[in-house]
Amino acid sequence: FSGRTLDEDTLEELEEILIMSDMGVDVVEKILEELKDKYHNKITDQEDPLLILRDIMVSHLSTSPLILDTSNAPLVVLLVGVNGSGKTTTAAKLAKIYMNYGKDVVLAAADTFRAAAIEQLKEWGNRLNATVIAHQKGSDPAAVVFDAISHAKAKSKDVIIIDTAGRLHTKSNLMDELKKIKRVVQREIEGAPQEILLVLDGTTGQNGIIQAKAFKEAIDITGVAITKLDGTAKGGIAFAINHELNIPIKLVGLGEKEDDLQIFDPVKYCNALLGIEE
Amino acid sequence: MFESLQKKLSGVFKNLSGKGKLTEKNIKDAVREVKLALLEADVHYKVVKEFVEKVKEEALGEKVLESLTPDQEFIRIVRDSLIEIMGGNKNNKINISKNPAFIMLTGLQGSGKTTTAAKLANKYKKKGRNPLLVAADTYRPAAIDQLIQLGQDIGVPVFSGDKKDAVKITEDSKKYAQRNLHDIVIIDTAGRLHIDEIMMKELEEIKNILEPEEILMVVDAMVGQDAVNSAKEFNDKLDLTGFIITKLDGDSRGGVIISIQYITNKPVKLVGVGEKIDDLEEFYPERYVGRILGM
Ligand SMILES: Nc1nc2c(ncn2[C@@H]2O[C@H](COP(=O)(O)OP(=O)(O)OP(=O)(O)O)[C@@H](O)[C@H]2O)c(=O)[nH]1
Ligand SMILES: Nc1nc2c(ncn2[C@@H]2O[C@H](COP(=O)(O)OP(=O)(O)OP(=O)(O)O)[C@@H](O)[C@H]2O)c(=O)[nH]1
Ligand SMILES: [K+]
Ligand SMILES: [Mg+2]
Ligand SMILES: [Mg+2]
Repeated sequence: FSGRTLDEDTLEELEEILIMSDMGVDVVEKILEELKDKYHNKITDQEDPLLILRDIMVSHLSTSPLILDTSNAPLVVLLVGVNGSGKTTTAAKLAKIYMNYGKDVVLAAADTFRAAAIEQLKEWGNRLNATVIAHQKGSDPAAVVFDAISHAKAKSKDVIIIDTAGRLHTKSNLMDELKKIKRVVQREIEGAPQEILLVLDGTTGQNGIIQAKAFKEAIDITGVAITKLDGTAKGGIAFAINHELNIPIKLVGLGEKEDDLQIFDPVKYCNALLGIEE
Repeated sequence: MFESLQKKLSGVFKNLSGKGKLTEKNIKDAVREVKLALLEADVHYKVVKEFVEKVKEEALGEKVLESLTPDQEFIRIVRDSLIEIMGGNKNNKINISKNPAFIMLTGLQGSGKTTTAAKLANKYKKKGRNPLLVAADTYRPAAIDQLIQLGQDIGVPVFSGDKKDAVKITEDSKKYAQRNLHDIVIIDTAGRLHIDEIMMKELEEIKNILEPEEILMVVDAMVGQDAVNSAKEFNDKLDLTGFIITKLDGDSRGGVIISIQYITNKPVKLVGVGEKIDDLEEFYPERYVGRILGM
């Protein structure tokens, strides 16, 4: 793009890149309007339309760091999201991040519904050498959470990471179950859960906005963890969620291994989305 | 959240030139509404572009321009063209003519393969067949446990061999199935990215061993624009026999249904509509047109 002017062809190419990133037509139109305005009124020192666009996108991303402070321990991180988005894997990877900071972590297996969800988290616990609090399949997830909290208090653990069952945001009984989990946490620890992360599959299309909205309304979301960006999907829906709902992106999943989780970096994300080599 | 396409179109067609005659501008505006609806539904950008060109051409023909109910006529063209992409309004059945019949499930991570494997096995068991489930995901933690638990729930045996090497498990499952007179064998494979060459190679090896009658890609209904990249790559490598779309019990528009069939020319055969074992349905294209268009 460098050396190019912002003519109709360039605009169409940019529109194509953005729409194919899953950003959604509405957001794309708004961003391109801003680009035209900046470009034509010379409100930028940049010459390259692609880089101007990148800078606009970065300026729109409201960030907020992952909470690492555990001085008011225990810190509670609740992971929620639709089926198969990557919650359990992200719970494990996140445990690893906190452990790297020297924190003592306990994992709560609050997905008591899906076949072998408990075994999956336990296997991760083994690999990471982290305690997993679990009950029988089919038991009350809120009771698991209560136990994990008691354990954390008794053993002076720093962080409790709660893995929940996948649920479509349209199922009100399952959304109520989440509210109950949150209530138990709030009752047992003042100011908790400090993080409620929506785990979003990076391949998700426009439904992602509706998901984020529904989870936000039900239990309030403190941030998004966007997974599976190690493929060819660009995860533009996370930008749209941030832009439209003002929910910050906090984490990026880049693989299936314990170290494949990174703290969100707006410039890196926008470069990858636009295909800008670093 | 979305205003229905129907409403938008009748709005477009209401502003006629007075004499009740359509103009090219009306058609262009209508085509634009269709384009937006399809993009909003996650149909792939390039598929949408080609599709609306075709619709525009057809709509500029006499029939719409002369019609007394142009919006109806216009919607009919859109509907018919979408159904045509899906191979007409017929249901494509799963082929199970061989004995044993091998059905291989593949796809990206978390799309619903393991759950769907059990749903399928349950369907055949209920029909009086003797299915076997094969756990060939040796990567994801507790993936084999997951299939074993599901197998127990429905009373279908699960073969997991040495639990280490997916290719070896597959080889051994073939002998096991023949010895135990299983007439349908459903293989659950690990989720993988289409760009992971080693993992894609593993699927090719499994395919060569089994020569399955069905090689199905399990695809999440909520996926967006990237669906065509993964579906194309899986199809290029494996020559798929079709797709199963999962998680249609949510409120996603499911534009992926159009994109992948358009790109690969392979049919959607079944759809998943819930987490429970019976939540698997046949696919009838007509049902999904309204959903995709938001009507
Ligand atoms: N490539 C890739 N795969 C991932 C990533 N995160 C998770 N996965 C894979 O996605 C699949 C689903 O992950 P899970 O962690 O089980 O997802 P979940 O949200 O807990 O699923 P449910 O509990 O069934 O709703 C697994 O195969 C993971 O290995 C990622 O960042 N990249
Ligand atoms: N709502 C809904 N959930 C589904 C459907 N099919 C599968 N799921 C859920 O999606 C999640 C992922 O399903 P799995 O069967 O574990 O997916 P997978 O493709 O085997 O995942 P990997 O082996 O990690 O690649 C689970 O929570 C399932 O219960 C469906 O049709 N509707
Ligand atoms: K998914
Ligand atoms: Mg899980
Ligand atoms: Mg699986």
